[in-house]
Formats: sequence, C-alpha cells, structure tokens
Amino acid sequence: MERLRRYGFVIGFLAVPVTLYAVFVISPYVQAFQLSLTDWNGYRSKLTYVGLDNFAKLVHDEVFWRALRNHGVLLLVLPVATIVIALFLSYLLNLGGGTRGDGMRGVWGSRFYRVVFFFPQVLAVAVVGVLFKAVYRPDESGVVNGLLARFGAEPVGWLTEPGLALWSVIAVMVWQAVGFYVVLFSAGMAAIPKDYFEAAALDGAGRARLFFSITLPLLRDTVQVGWVYLGIAAFDGFALIQVLAGDKGEPDGATTVLPIQIWKTAFTYNKYGYASAMGVALFFLTVTFAVLTLRTTRRERIEL
Amino acid sequence: MTARRDRLPARGRARAGVLGGLSHLALAVWTALVVLPLLWTFLASFKNNTEIFGDALQLPGELRLDSWGRAWSKAHIGQYMLNTVIVVSLSTAGTMLFGSMAAYVLARYRFVGNRVVYYFFVAGMAFPVFLALGPLFFVVNQLGLLNTHLGLVLVYIAYSLPFTIFFLAAFFRTLPDAVAEAAMIDGASHTRTFFQIMVPMARPGLVSITVFNVLGQWNQYLLPLVLLARDQDKWVLTQGIANISTLAGYEADWPGLFAALSMTILPVLVVYVIFQRQIQSGLGSGALK
Repeated sequence: MERLRRYGFVIGFLAVPVTLYAVFVISPYVQAFQLSLTDWNGYRSKLTYVGLDNFAKLVHDEVFWRALRNHGVLLLVLPVATIVIALFLSYLLNLGGGTRGDGMRGVWGSRFYRVVFFFPQVLAVAVVGVLFKAVYRPDESGVVNGLLARFGAEPVGWLTEPGLALWSVIAVMVWQAVGFYVVLFSAGMAAIPKDYFEAAALDGAGRARLFFSITLPLLRDTVQVGWVYLGIAAFDGFALIQVLAGDKGEPDGATTVLPIQIWKTAFTYNKYGYASAMGVALFFLTVTFAVLTLRTTRRERIEL
Repeated sequence: MTARRDRLPARGRARAGVLGGLSHLALAVWTALVVLPLLWTFLASFKNNTEIFGDALQLPGELRLDSWGRAWSKAHIGQYMLNTVIVVSLSTAGTMLFGSMAAYVLARYRFVGNRVVYYFFVAGMAFPVFLALGPLFFVVNQLGLLNTHLGLVLVYIAYSLPFTIFFLAAFFRTLPDAVAEAAMIDGASHTRTFFQIMVPMARPGLVSITVFNVLGQWNQYLLPLVLLARDQDKWVLTQGIANISTLAGYEADWPGLFAALSMTILPVLVVYVIFQRQIQSGLGSGALK
C-alpha cells in the first residue's frame, strides 16, 4: 500500500513538468534534427528528405561563414575583455583598501559600487539595445560623438562603419556583462582566507604580486565558470544585434550571427529545413566549445 | 593588530594612499560609464526633437512631461508593462512550482527511471533555443496557443525547467532526512511533507532561483517575437520598446521613445535597489553551484 502511494506521489509530481518539457522542449529539438534533412517550407504536409543537402549548401554559404567569423571574434574578445575588467574591478572592491591591521580590505564605498555596477544586468537586452542605438548615433546628437565633438574630433559611424560595428556591439555586451562577473568574482574572493594576503604582504609582496600569486590561482574555478558562460553568450547575441544592427546584421552582414540568420531564414524566408540545419550547426559549435573549455582548463584543484 | 599597524613604515602608508586614490578613480570611471547612458536617456525624455538632434550633452531647455504621457498611453507602454508583469509572474510561479516538485522527487525518491528523467531534464541546458525555434512555432500553433499569453507562459516554464531542476535537485539533496522522516512517521502524506516541511527548509535555494527566473523571463525577447508576433495588444515590454524604436523614425516622436525607455528602466532599477542584497547573493550562489 505504502509502495503504491509512493509511486502515485512520484508520478503525480512528475506528470506536469515532464509533459510540458516533452511537448515544448524535447519535441521541437527532435523535429529540428529531422527537419534539417528536409527542404520543408512550413506549408507542405509531407516532408521530402534531401539528405545532407542543407549542410552542403551551408558550407558554401558566404553569410554562414561571415556569421562564424563574427562568432569567432566574439568568442575571443567578449570573455577576455569582460573577465579582465571584472577581475580588476572586483580586486579593487575587495582588496584595494590596502593592508591595514586585520589584512586586506575593500575600498571605502565598495557596497555602493557593487550595486551600481550591476545596474545594466537587470535591464533587458532589447532595452539596452534601443538605448545604445541612441548613444551611438552617427552625429553629435549621440552621446559618444557628442563627447568626441567636445574634443574637436569628427563624428564616427559607430554602427555604420563595417570595420567598427561589431566592436561597438561587443562593447555593449561587455558593458552589460561586467557587473554580473564582479559579483561572481567578489563572492569567490570573499572565500579566500584573509591571512593568506596578510602573510604574503608581511613578506613584502606588492598588490600586483598578491593578485597574480594568490587571488588569481585561488579564483581559477570561478573564472572558468565565467569563461564558459561568456563563451555560450558569444554564440547568442540575438536580441542585442537584432535591435542594434537590424535583421541583416547591418552594415552588410558585418555584425550578423547564426541566431539572426536562423530566425530570418525560418520566419522571413520560410526555409525551415535550412534554418534547422543552421541550428544543428550552432548546437555542435556550442557543445564543442563547452567540452573543449572544460577539458583543456581542468587542472588540479587548489584546496583551501 | 595595532602593533603591526604601527610598524608599517610611513612611506608604505603614503603609497597605499595614492593607490587607494587610483582605485577610486578606476571605480569612478566605470560608475560613470554605467550611469551616464542611463542618466542621459532619462534627461532626453524631457527634450524636444530639436534638442534631441542637437548637441547630445546639452540639458533639456525646460521640464517637458508630455512625452511621458504619450509613451504611456499612445505608445502603449502601460499595456506592455501590464502584459509583461502578468506573463512573468505566472511563468515564474509555474516554473518554481513544477520545477521544485520535479527536483524534489528526483533528488529524494528512488524509483526506476529516476536517472533517465533527471538527465532528460538536465540535457536541455546543452541545447541552444535557436535550434528549436522553427518547430516550436508550429507546436504552439497546432495547440492553438499562438499569440496567447498562456502559450508564452507554458513555453517559458518549459524552457526554464532544466536549470531550475538542476539547481534545486542539488539543493534538496543537501537537506537532512530526519525532519521529513519524522513528519512521515507522524502520518503526514508525501505531498504534505513536501509543501509544509521541505519547501520552507529549501527557502534560500528557492529564492535564488526565483530571482534568476524572474530576471531571465523579464529579459526574454526572442520567444515573444516568435510566439506573439501578430497581436500587438498582447506584446511584452521588450517587443514594445524595440518596435517604438523602429517607429520613432517614422513618427518623429523621439522624446516619446526616451520617455518609454526611462519608464521601462526606472521601475526595474527601483525594484533592484530594494532587493539588491537578495539578488546579488542569489545570482552569485546560483551561478557557482
């Protein structure tokens, strides 16, 4: 009787979540893999299988390679820039107050800074996109160019210069992400025993030395988590680029990414088979990245 | 402790002062980078079109409030905000209810297929949502849920389950067995034990993940864009703002755009500042687990 009640309870608690998940998550994913082998356009009731044609087409698609190149740039720049800035700021916040009696401490007002730095993180990406579209305006009515004009510089087409647009987009991503990683790294730094710093400082280690020889090695796991998150974010970028640079990744595909192409191929051109093939490519790229990062950066943990 | 401080040479203390100053300078620069764009948006909502297209660093000539009224009613920001609050509160509540139920059963009950169901959920974290996009549209359409808030809520819940279950299952596993066993011996049913004993004990974990889900679902842009495209009355805030941004060019109502932006940003910042302690600690621990 008790056994039956137990099973009834387990099934009762799992029924709704499993159903929702199977219908809205699993079934679309399975269908996507299936559709990637067809030329389905969203209307025909019968699926025509075309084998790996979509993938062959993808390999010869110039836009696909441009999107991949942009993901490559994002993958290199976004994590490095965000982590360096966030590490620097959180080091100042937690330990920048110097060695005074009871070890290292944060600068005065670190609580305030931490709250402000997190502001961009609570704003929706689409809202941030609209905001920066105005900040980046190509004449002096945009904040950046308005500032430049004060120093007598010519206005710059931050989002219209093909060589510059992607960097402007990345700057916004970094702007928004830093606050989160400051919080993440601060939590990690708070877990490092204070007497480590104290002992090293007494032995004459300067701040830079303290950072590179104590903080960074002991923060390794946290930085790795951050790296994986930012790497996965580098394969997205949809909301920001769609709002900031438009459906085509203007100017002329200079800022386009796979998510933009997938969305447009499916819902503008009704090529669901081809869009699914791009999705499959994106999936393998993301998984490869995550596995490679976790493999290559795994090392002996330093026990505290 | 005091003895050690006294031993610090005077030169070292002076250097610490300079470095402290430089620390503050660096922190102040980033503070300015964060605050100025937001402040500028807020000020721009009081400007008129001429001022907006003039020098960006000029303050508004007078305090014009009419753009706020236009953004609220004519640009439907009020409607969008209401829609977003309805959708996000329902979907977060649903995510937490179903997510904690599944996580609890998977973490604390042994039954055939437990691991299979667990990995079935957790695997969802590895898939980019863009892969599912096309088929998802047709699934929702076939169920007659396209352009409905219910459809969006169910989809939000489904896509939030992997992370929620992953995190909460780990959390439920750490709770002690003794209390639950005592409750069962006293005759409480499994369901009652869960809601009255285990949920209160899991509060810190539940709060963290609730914060995580509220922010994530509030932020969503892609899913509403695909699933609510047709019916403008049902749009959420992110969609609305993006659309106002596109229209501002045609209708030449730039102050309205900035008022709409300010209206979206301000309440979120106020809520954040009130709950910042919980949000920061919640996100910090949620991300590290």
